[in-house]
Amino acid sequence: MVEVVYFAWVRERIGLPRERVETGAATVAGLVAELAAREPRYAAAFADLNALRVALDQELADFDAPLAGVREVAFFPPMTGG
Amino acid sequence: MKISVQEAPFDAGAEIAGFGAGRADIGAVVTFTGLVRDDTGALEALELEHYPGMTERAIAKIAEEAMARWALADCLVIHRYGRLAVGEAIMMVATAARHRVAAFEAAEFLMDYLKSRAPFWKKEHGPGGETGWVAAKDADEAALKRW
Repeated sequence: MVEVVYFAWVRERIGLPRERVETGAATVAGLVAELAAREPRYAAAFADLNALRVALDQELADFDAPLAGVREVAFFPPMTGG
Repeated sequence: MKISVQEAPFDAGAEIAGFGAGRADIGAVVTFTGLVRDDTGALEALELEHYPGMTERAIAKIAEEAMARWALADCLVIHRYGRLAVGEAIMMVATAARHRVAAFEAAEFLMDYLKSRAPFWKKEHGPGGETGWVAAKDADEAALKRW
């Protein structure tokens, strides 16, 4: 089980700020494939991975990063601080 | 080093007045304040969303890197979230160093990294309601390459 968190338009497209997900995926990309296959709203949110960033336990990561031991996965658009 | 992620407004003058106070080794203080700007005449406010927990960690990491790289005497980052009207201060950074070059460079470094590596997202609100998310700029990502 991992906690999956969504921000900004990813949160709006999926319609949830966070959820617990049962996954057997080995990598972030595997988890994305599982989520995208669920429903059109997930497919829409994950349609273009170039427009998404991912953080694992609150550290930026790549989509090929392993999920072993990870408790929290966050998906969001490129950041616009400052 | 002070880092604050907050919804409430801050008093930039008061922050600057207390910054580096009582130290004899500071020859330069640089401060930057970012405001909500309206480019089109149609913006009323920005709504800043952030990732509680990661935001503080990401800013601390960036600030610690600036402290070490420019041997800063002190460093301050305040970043707001929530709904901010046009003209309101979104954030400020301050850097204190022996000499001005280090203080200026460290402040620019902090700003460049906060733009693209601090987990904030901005939604625009006009008179008729929300009008969309601010997209990240390629130029902001490219700006990181100089460091």
